[in-house]
Amino acid sequence: MIVADRKNVREVRDMIKDHKRVLLVGCGTCVTVCLAGGEREVGILGSALRMSLRLLGHKEVVVDQCTIERQCEDAFIDALAPRVAEYDAICSLACGAGVQALAERFPNTPIYPGLNTQFIGILESQGVWTEKCAGCGNCRLGQFAGICPITRCAKRQFNGPCGGSQDGHCEVNPDTDCAWQLIYDRAKSTGNTAFLEAIADPQDWSTSLDGGPRKVVREDQCIAGLGPKA
Amino acid sequence: MESEPLMLAFCCHYCAYAAADLAGSMRLQYPSNVRVLRLPCTGKLEVNYLMTAFEHGIDGVIVAGCLEGGCHFLEGNLRARKRVERAKKLLAEIGLEPERVEMFNLSSAEGIRFAEIVTEMSQRVARLGPSPLRPDHETVHRNIQQMTDQAEAALRGAKHDCCRSQECA
Repeated sequence: MIVADRKNVREVRDMIKDHKRVLLVGCGTCVTVCLAGGEREVGILGSALRMSLRLLGHKEVVVDQCTIERQCEDAFIDALAPRVAEYDAICSLACGAGVQALAERFPNTPIYPGLNTQFIGILESQGVWTEKCAGCGNCRLGQFAGICPITRCAKRQFNGPCGGSQDGHCEVNPDTDCAWQLIYDRAKSTGNTAFLEAIADPQDWSTSLDGGPRKVVREDQCIAGLGPKA
Repeated sequence: MESEPLMLAFCCHYCAYAAADLAGSMRLQYPSNVRVLRLPCTGKLEVNYLMTAFEHGIDGVIVAGCLEGGCHFLEGNLRARKRVERAKKLLAEIGLEPERVEMFNLSSAEGIRFAEIVTEMSQRVARLGPSPLRPDHETVHRNIQQMTDQAEAALRGAKHDCCRSQECA
């Protein structure tokens, strides 16, 4: 899932303080699961913003709140659409995709982010999320025993480990496991260590953040006349 | 009345609430400006409860749970402490003093300790002064009057069982 973290209350307050009516919009998917932008967090931030604005002397600013099922899909934004006309700004507690989906749907309403989107990751333990995927567009997990060296090795090495691997930990951050130690351990436990002898090819980064926003098109799923824009 | 701090105490049913009851039975004196709210466990406390209280102008909040290791639900009090810490951080970001909210641990046998906690927090909050978010004096009285009217109306309604109602139990 996409993992995000809340912004400082003051930062959000300073973005919205010059508006009269602001709607905080939460998202019920990834950011709810990572406890950053779901209904509960929207309630907390709403309360914090109202207090902060009053203390700053902006008593007239109205901050209301709601949470929709999913912000990154236009069909789910329908539930929000009737309310938007009542407000002169929206603060979105969704990932960057959700914020931009609202911006595209409501071209005349200022949209502000309430979260800092961090990464694609998983829940490591309660309250702790770690990055697992860089979304590079050319997945080679099959070559590395299911451990991603791009995301989990500080040096993004395809032929590791480096000399800084110490007792299974990374020299860059001793709290981080060495990705190549993990790859080696997992290779042994799955009984396939042969790939460790081979030199891994460099990554084709043309599928990563290169040449503007990437796009996935499934022609068989496109509806005639509503296909992808050229 | 105007300068007297308005306080809330979120009390665990199994310890602090019983301790407050004991303090009453023991005829102990403690500031009368605290309103006790019973929770089934302080683990029920959410950060939102604390934020809403401050948003409505409460000057200080006590969260009182069982002694560490003695929670009826194993670790509700430990979770509550972390939530109080989070609320403190948010209050600091907002510009309110984090000292206005505090977590305490006590057992149901500590009526004296409950009275001490309320006295200590009341003095601390009085030193900090009234919350800048506190409504004016008239609004406070109007709110109290509204709450009193609602309670009296509820008592007059024979069909309404106050003890079973989610709203007023």
